[in-house]
Amino acid sequence: MNLDLNLQVIAPALIVALSLLLVLLGEVFLPASQRRWLGYLALIGLLGAAVVAAMLWGANLSGFGKMVVADAFGLFLTLIILLGAALSVLLAFDFVRAHQLDTGEFFALVLSAVVGMIGMVTATDLIVIFLALELLSLPLYVLAAFKRADKRSLEAGLKYFLLGAFASAFFLYGIAFVFGGTGTTNLGRIAAVLGASPRSDVALVGMGLLGVGFAFKVALVPFHWWTPDVYEGAPTVVTAFMSVAVKAAAFGAFFRVFLVALPELAADWRALLAVIAVLTMTLGNVAALLQSNVKRMLAYSSIAHAGYILIALVAMGVNGAGSALFYLLAYTLTNLGAFGAVIALSDGTRERLELNDFAGVAKAQPLVAAALTILLLSLAGFPPFAGFTGKFFIFGAAVESGWAWLAVIGVLNSLISAYFYLRPVVQMYMVEPAGGWNRLRVAPFVAFVLAIAVIGVLALGIVPAPVIALASGGFLK
Amino acid sequence: MEIIVFYLFAAIAVIAALGVVGLRNPVYAALCLAVVFVSFAGLYVLLSAPFIAVAQVMIYAGAILILFVFVIMLLSPPVDQGEGALKWQKPLALGFVGALAVQLVLVLALAVLPSARGSLTPEVIAQRGDVQVVGAALFSDYLLPFEMTSLLLLVAIVGVIVLAKKR
Amino acid sequence: MTLEPWLITVIEALIKVLVVIVVLLTGFAYLTLVERYVVAKIQSRVGPNRVGAAGGIAWLQPIADAVKMIMKEDFWPAQADKVTYTLAPGIAVATALLAWAVIPLNPAITVFGYTINFYIADVNVALLFLLAVGSLGIYGIVLGGWGSNNKYSMLGALRSTAQMISYEISLGLALVGVLMISGSLSLVKIVEQQSFWWFVFFQPVGFVIYFIAAVAEVNRLPFDLPEAETELVAGYQTEYSSLKFALFYMAEYINMITVSAIASTMFLGGYQGPFGILPGAHWLILKILFFIFVMMWMRGTLPRFRYDQLMRFGWKVLLPLALANIFVTAVVLVLIGK
Repeated sequence: MNLDLNLQVIAPALIVALSLLLVLLGEVFLPASQRRWLGYLALIGLLGAAVVAAMLWGANLSGFGKMVVADAFGLFLTLIILLGAALSVLLAFDFVRAHQLDTGEFFALVLSAVVGMIGMVTATDLIVIFLALELLSLPLYVLAAFKRADKRSLEAGLKYFLLGAFASAFFLYGIAFVFGGTGTTNLGRIAAVLGASPRSDVALVGMGLLGVGFAFKVALVPFHWWTPDVYEGAPTVVTAFMSVAVKAAAFGAFFRVFLVALPELAADWRALLAVIAVLTMTLGNVAALLQSNVKRMLAYSSIAHAGYILIALVAMGVNGAGSALFYLLAYTLTNLGAFGAVIALSDGTRERLELNDFAGVAKAQPLVAAALTILLLSLAGFPPFAGFTGKFFIFGAAVESGWAWLAVIGVLNSLISAYFYLRPVVQMYMVEPAGGWNRLRVAPFVAFVLAIAVIGVLALGIVPAPVIALASGGFLK
Repeated sequence: MEIIVFYLFAAIAVIAALGVVGLRNPVYAALCLAVVFVSFAGLYVLLSAPFIAVAQVMIYAGAILILFVFVIMLLSPPVDQGEGALKWQKPLALGFVGALAVQLVLVLALAVLPSARGSLTPEVIAQRGDVQVVGAALFSDYLLPFEMTSLLLLVAIVGVIVLAKKR
Repeated sequence: MTLEPWLITVIEALIKVLVVIVVLLTGFAYLTLVERYVVAKIQSRVGPNRVGAAGGIAWLQPIADAVKMIMKEDFWPAQADKVTYTLAPGIAVATALLAWAVIPLNPAITVFGYTINFYIADVNVALLFLLAVGSLGIYGIVLGGWGSNNKYSMLGALRSTAQMISYEISLGLALVGVLMISGSLSLVKIVEQQSFWWFVFFQPVGFVIYFIAAVAEVNRLPFDLPEAETELVAGYQTEYSSLKFALFYMAEYINMITVSAIASTMFLGGYQGPFGILPGAHWLILKILFFIFVMMWMRGTLPRFRYDQLMRFGWKVLLPLALANIFVTAVVLVLIGK
């Protein structure tokens, strides 16, 4: 029995949790006209957490009986998550008002999901990872169904909830098996036990079940079926938040569990994950070709990107983890920016989500069109944008660790993806608008997000060296 | 003696669990689940964990499942006739489940589970008291998961109210 | 022939179980009579005075009632769900009786060198066991209501489920204060600690909350909405007749005795009497009778809550109060350094 109260380690999550409680209280006590301040409160909490996370950098603390750590890997992902959440909150400011969603609850749920995400990427114990996973998922189920007047939003929430609960059950079952095989839930000790004893089939089964749980969360084939429907049905801001932050959090835990706790079983999971990566990339990209709805297209594209990141896990090692972190950062900026552009082109009465809605945008909204073009090119992996450097690092890591064929398939997939990423661009620049475009005023917050995304994508694309150095320093030890 | 009681509870649990998935009437299925919970409580007593046993009955059978039954009764769904859109999925699902079950049983039957035990042997628990041991562990070693759970419950409440409240 | 020690244990346990059941069933029978007298006095009536009357009291009335119950037609509603309809009263009685496994009735006595403990089992989670068994009791009502396939039964069952789950929380939390002082979940130890100061002096708020919640738990007035005859005929019991009805009735009275016994044990020192006079089961019985009398008194005088009032009272008054009670108790315990 030891009370290892090292609150420093969980300080970022604590600050977010505190702002969550303040937002909830504000929702109760503030009059409806003042509730927009809750958004600022959420923003302040996220920024404060980011500052604290940055201050913890390099200290390599651990706490609560080694249940959480604040190592470089976790902190880097924490910062990615906080960035994604902050940008989503900025996007949500006007969205929430335009769609008449409950302000306080919305921001409170976003913040609680962030607490869960930070918990997931800094946890080094399966129990904490599981609780964090639930803390991340529960608010997202509700957020997906947040537009209660919209049937598709409700359907998205229900689907996400049912499949997510299923995934949690698999994950928990996996934890039980790993615990049965090793007698501990601490990641470091699991590795020690597995290294010291002969191959444990029980732990192997546990590994498989844990993998299924993670695969559900990051939407890997064949556990991806929920993604298009949920991404399409959920309110656009929520989709934006989900597509980047959940991915960062779930991949963070995925990497940590498989690289820290289960490296002894690598011979078993590497080949399996390589096959899944191929399936995921290919299916995501091919299915995205067929979509006419931009949200659905981005959903399939997010599946494909999960496949690319999985290559980094197969590659293992410093380069694998580092390139994955870099990729997640690039993906967060790019994807949030792309969703931001979609939000910028919509107004309260109508969302422009179909491909032919984008006809002639370049004339009506030249800046938004330019931003969306840059972001889509980055997603497709064109130089000199962040998406290119990210893929470059991941494929490089794969080649170095002897998985060159995986890198080749990844490159081929990038080529396929260029086709559907360029379709909206073609629509925007080369097709005459069908209906009249009355000039939309792009909300300043949304414009700000777009600016940050574009600048970030360019910066990461042109001078990636300092960031990849930080990310590789964050390899799990 | 203990082994007989174990097999008794285990058999009841397995039969009732089959009832949960096999019975077409949702109320009967829920009742079978209650039986599963109670027989699990019996197994926990055998494992000298009476606190977990009682908590199991109180929380699962007494609170959660009652709410299940409550909802089933309020919605009064028709008794499942075993037909529907998911025709070809059924044999497929049975095949997968069967394969998984065979795999799990084989793995567990052939496995050598680690015999290492923690510091909380039955003797220590008997001496310090079951509830005291659980309480001390919750508020020291497992403080972080415990507090996370409280946040999780808060979020769940907020979420449910958001979804259920009137416009 | 000498008996094996384990055989003696089994026989002793069986005898105790038998005695407790017989006493409880007799108690139930005569409590119905007592209730009729109490309510009659409150309403300035005479009460039963025909069957086996001696000294103005109809001593044989309960037996006559029992015979009547048994002789009545056992009615089966056509659309009833046979399994649950039959199971429900059994579950209700079984859970009501089960609680008595852990309630200590008397200090241990030694006869011919053999120590007899006046409880069936002293488990160290006894209090939680009581709460767990109590929460299972809801199944009887729910299944009875659903199995009858009658909308009044159904509504009554739903009401009572919601009510019991709501008040169970306050009930449990009210007892937590006592636990914090006693530091044990074993009822035997809790009673032994109250040899001088009863816990009601340390936990007056907890006591009041417990009693209110307990009345709601046993669905007595003013919380008897599940069987509000003006709205719901007889709630979940509507379709029941004959022995099955008697079983439900029995469960309700035994539950009354049980919650009274818990209140006596947790707050009023159980079998401990003041100044060591007459130690033993007498005191426990007296205390139980006191609580039951108060419940009958309330039945005779108080009007029924409206359903929304009932829920609001449970969630917005009792529950916060119970939490505040725990908080204050904890602060005081820390301050006095216990």
